[in-house]
Amino acid sequence: MVPLLEISKLTKNYRSPGGGLQRVLDVPEFTLEAGRQLALRGVSGTGKTTFLNCIAGISRPDSGVVSINGVNIADISESRRDQLRASNIGYIFQTFNLLQGYTCLDNVLLGMRFGCGADRVFALKLLDRVGLSARLGYWPSQLSVGQQQRVAVARALANRPKLVLADEPTGNLDPKNAAEAVQLIREVCEENEAALLLVSHDQDVLNQFDHCRDLGEINLADQKVVV
Amino acid sequence: MIQDVLNTPLFVLFSGALLLVFLLYLLVQLACNPVVIPTIVLKSLRQHTLSTFITSTSIGLGCGLLMSVWVVNFQSQRAFKNVTGGFDSILGPRGSQLQLVLNSLFHMDSSPGLVNAEDYRIFRQKYKRFYKAAVPIAVGDNYNGYRIVGTTHDLFGVEHSPGQVYGLAAGEFFIQNEKQWNKEAVIGNTVASKLDLQVNSKFQPYHGLNFDPNQEPHKDKYTVTGILKPTGTPADRVIWIPIEGLQQMDGHDIKYSGDVSAILIQMSEDTTARGFGMNSLDSIYNKGTDHLTFVKSTEDVVARLFDQFAWAETILRWVAYLVAVVAAGGVLASIYNSMNERRREFAILRALGAGRNLVFSVIAMESAVIATIGSVIGFVFYALIMIAAETVLRREIGVTLQLDEFHQIMLIAPLGLIVLGAVVGIIPALKAYSTDVAGNLIPQS
Repeated sequence: MVPLLEISKLTKNYRSPGGGLQRVLDVPEFTLEAGRQLALRGVSGTGKTTFLNCIAGISRPDSGVVSINGVNIADISESRRDQLRASNIGYIFQTFNLLQGYTCLDNVLLGMRFGCGADRVFALKLLDRVGLSARLGYWPSQLSVGQQQRVAVARALANRPKLVLADEPTGNLDPKNAAEAVQLIREVCEENEAALLLVSHDQDVLNQFDHCRDLGEINLADQKVVV
Repeated sequence: MIQDVLNTPLFVLFSGALLLVFLLYLLVQLACNPVVIPTIVLKSLRQHTLSTFITSTSIGLGCGLLMSVWVVNFQSQRAFKNVTGGFDSILGPRGSQLQLVLNSLFHMDSSPGLVNAEDYRIFRQKYKRFYKAAVPIAVGDNYNGYRIVGTTHDLFGVEHSPGQVYGLAAGEFFIQNEKQWNKEAVIGNTVASKLDLQVNSKFQPYHGLNFDPNQEPHKDKYTVTGILKPTGTPADRVIWIPIEGLQQMDGHDIKYSGDVSAILIQMSEDTTARGFGMNSLDSIYNKGTDHLTFVKSTEDVVARLFDQFAWAETILRWVAYLVAVVAAGGVLASIYNSMNERRREFAILRALGAGRNLVFSVIAMESAVIATIGSVIGFVFYALIMIAAETVLRREIGVTLQLDEFHQIMLIAPLGLIVLGAVVGIIPALKAYSTDVAGNLIPQS
């Protein structure tokens, strides 16, 4: 299979309150093939979100290569990176990050406008797929946590991304809803031929995946102040 | 000093170029994102309805004030200059020229005195070649606060405004002959509506220019024979009666029955006679007598009157500027204050693929849209202020303003405020532009 995501020698440091630099990411090599679904296990503070943010181009790595479909996101301008993100990456956040002033349908449509363009039919199809066809005009505050999660899933897939990143997508859900949500994310990604990279520390969630790796295996950062 | 800098061609050119670049940038962004930017802007405005309304209203107040100060000033100056009633000059008793103009044409202020019958006769006979019309007026009485002015039929034949003579809305002009004993009156349109007088209504004048209800009226009863069409001049507030009717009114001293308060003069149409006449009369009366004043140009006196109040207009104008700037500052404060709560929104937008330029443009546009709404509201304030100003000016002076007349300030002020709105939006827009996406999405795990 063709590698969709290739990472090599990726490092990311944060400045600690004491003034020094703390390395949170040190990924020598990581590859994800198109259409594959991979779960990454990681406890809090191991750089899960930073790892996903670097892949999405939201955070800028200090060094290394993050290549999506052969394009190193460090080599392109910020506006092209924004476009690449909009068109190729769907991001499901732990806190869903729905826009409060937008209805369920508008949240999905707005995401589309930054990527391939608003496709109302596809948005409705996605929302129907995640079981929200009866809640199209609802505001996020009018939806349950589980329903908000489903909107986030639909929005992440709205631009027919090649890669879906899910950061602790079940962190705010009860076990039953969590299992359903992960099942839904996996199914919808599969249906849309999108690769899925999900990070979680919930063993029940991780057990649903055929491929699961420990973040510690790929992130060799020692969490120590190096400078 | 500041004004000198602002007027520097280099400064004007530089700031103009910057402004143009900025506006072009916004237009390009809007053209590239014709749906996204308006969608986000409108959603945001709807989310912050109250602050949008308050900020827009304050912008509207500034805009309305700015436009109305300009238009009231422009129209009132023009109206006052037209209020000369078609008369170029005035001959009256010795005193202030301004008082003479106010009393004779604006029907305000007290009468400076009388022109005796002999002087009046001499003027009419001796200087006939200088004028086209010389209409005497006599004042000193009122009816319920509205001034009664004695005059002759000639007054109604003079164009009170370019191309316009007095016309009747009802009835006919008074009959000026001995038989009728001059107990007739033609009333201005405002008088008719305010005092509810109709043709054939009768009234008894009160002595003096100010109404005193405790005072006994004159015994003579006057009959309204006609109601004038509105002229938009102080004449609308006047009760016109034959001059003999005032001079010989019961209670008036017969000794002064030939005297007049002033002579309104329309100079000869012949340019040479006109110029020569004005200069000659100026020399004859202003330098050659000690008991008469010749107002050479009523327009000049009105212009001087406005010059005296130019400072007030300047202050009003600066107040209007200040209100507009403060209102624009209000837009800035309102949007800037909302930036903290909206950081996450911008971070989400950025995470979804919105570029920095788009986020920047959204905020600048939002600011411009608030200013646009404010400008629309400004027209409501403008209408209210104009109606109030028109009511006061018409009631107090008789001058009317044209509420539906277009003035260039009605384009410049709203457009200027919209641009100003977009410009003040730059500061919060820069904040949105520099929003740290990762830091504002969710806490790092």
